[in-house]
Amino acid sequence: MPRKRFDLTFPPNRATKPITYHLVKDYDLTPNILRAQIQPGQEGRMLLEITGPRESFDAGVAFLEAEGITVQPAATDIKLHEDACVLCGLCTAVCRPAALMMDAETGALLFDKEKCVYCEACVVACPRRAVTLSF
Amino acid sequence: MAKTWDEINARIASGEAVVMTAEEFGSLAADEGLKAAARKVDVVTTGTFGPMCSSGVVLNFGHSDPPIRMGQITLNDVDAYGGLAAVDTYLGVTQPSRTKGIEYGGAHVIEDLLRGRAVRLRAWSAGTDCYPRTEIDTWVTIDDLNQAYFFNPRNAYQNYAVAVNTSDRTIHTYLGTLLPHLGNATFCSAGALSPLLNDPTYRTIGVGSRIFVAGAPGYVAWEGTQHNPNQSRDEHGVPVGPAGTLAVIGDLKQASPEFFSAATFTGYGASAFMGIGVPIPVLDEDIAETLALTDADLTATIVDYGVARRSRPSLGHVTYAQLRSGEIEIDGKRVQTGPISSLSKARRIASELKTWITEQGFTLTQPLQLLPQPGSQSTKPLEIRAEEAN
Repeated sequence: MPRKRFDLTFPPNRATKPITYHLVKDYDLTPNILRAQIQPGQEGRMLLEITGPRESFDAGVAFLEAEGITVQPAATDIKLHEDACVLCGLCTAVCRPAALMMDAETGALLFDKEKCVYCEACVVACPRRAVTLSF
Repeated sequence: MAKTWDEINARIASGEAVVMTAEEFGSLAADEGLKAAARKVDVVTTGTFGPMCSSGVVLNFGHSDPPIRMGQITLNDVDAYGGLAAVDTYLGVTQPSRTKGIEYGGAHVIEDLLRGRAVRLRAWSAGTDCYPRTEIDTWVTIDDLNQAYFFNPRNAYQNYAVAVNTSDRTIHTYLGTLLPHLGNATFCSAGALSPLLNDPTYRTIGVGSRIFVAGAPGYVAWEGTQHNPNQSRDEHGVPVGPAGTLAVIGDLKQASPEFFSAATFTGYGASAFMGIGVPIPVLDEDIAETLALTDADLTATIVDYGVARRSRPSLGHVTYAQLRSGEIEIDGKRVQTGPISSLSKARRIASELKTWITEQGFTLTQPLQLLPQPGSQSTKPLEIRAEEAN
């Protein structure tokens, strides 16, 4: 069964629409909200992972787009550029799922890809711009 | 068991000096006792590698023909100071690019020079009888410059705040992104390896001390700006918040990009990670006591950066060992922590400095003048006045 991550952008007037309800009920999909910032009257963003059968998958995405939501494939890989990294550890301060951690003994940067939700907080926080996402 | 500077330098010169990093010395003192450690070891090396915004370089370009008195100067589109003599300038690390903003600042120009890259130099002038040229547009590398040296007004802060944010919005600071409602805490000190935490009352580190500056030999030039020896201190005499600072000089031409790294703090500005290392002579058991302190002994103050005022509220104290564990507790809430100062690089610096001393005969210099001592001065605020004071 396909599983994909999407970066959704909601126009201000669509921010309150219960889209996950419709994805489950009407399209038999399993949506998993990894990150969301949605406020009534403002543009919203959501990182949504969708799992489901191929045919309803495309229909679900078409539904989102018909609702005026911009649907883009989300980052699927994250790269730590060791040549630029100075091992300061600032990325670990903003990593909510604790995918990035400092080894307290060695001062090494540990990255557990399984825990990463591709929220991009580290990309923005890194003072060396040593973290990049790829799609 | 007191040792003198001369005795220690003689042992360095003859290759007999016993040199350890501050971490190694802490372990030795724990294993063999402070007295034995103080007797055995001659020099303890320290190191720190963190963002130090008050840093920059003095550059001399040499004269073009016909010559120009550079009034406005840019390097890769980053403004450099034009208020010195004809072809001298000062480039500060936080200066943003005219075109790229904070993504490329003075620090990035310096890193490009260090990496041997050519940098575009442009300058403008009104023209004078002795300096007729009004404009120049050329490229320079570090080898083209007559002089290129760091002159950093404030480096190696003795301790620093732990930053948190109790407000209800994310804020971007020079201590990184602080998440709302105590969402995280950042800290910025090398802890047990930090130079001035190892010599808390500035007995051995003073004007004229020969030190490690971004991989090159350099000197402590003066007290750093905002040097505040009157910060609150713990039972070992170690400050529990930002206290002493150093103004340093070091040769950019001998420096290494391994120990100087440009940085951009999103929503704040450009800065630079500076690597500073200071050797400390183990003169007696008093200094040995502070040299032996570990991250579990050193404390920092938690400060609420959600309050954008000069005096920000304090939310208690934590040790560097707690901060390094990745999580601290504030008012019963577990808060994830992240460092800004690189422990890994601080260790590299302390160990590199150890190599300089043991293998390259890098001797220690006794301060020509002590830094302002505890009790001597405090940092004054800037008051906003409506008219000239009487």
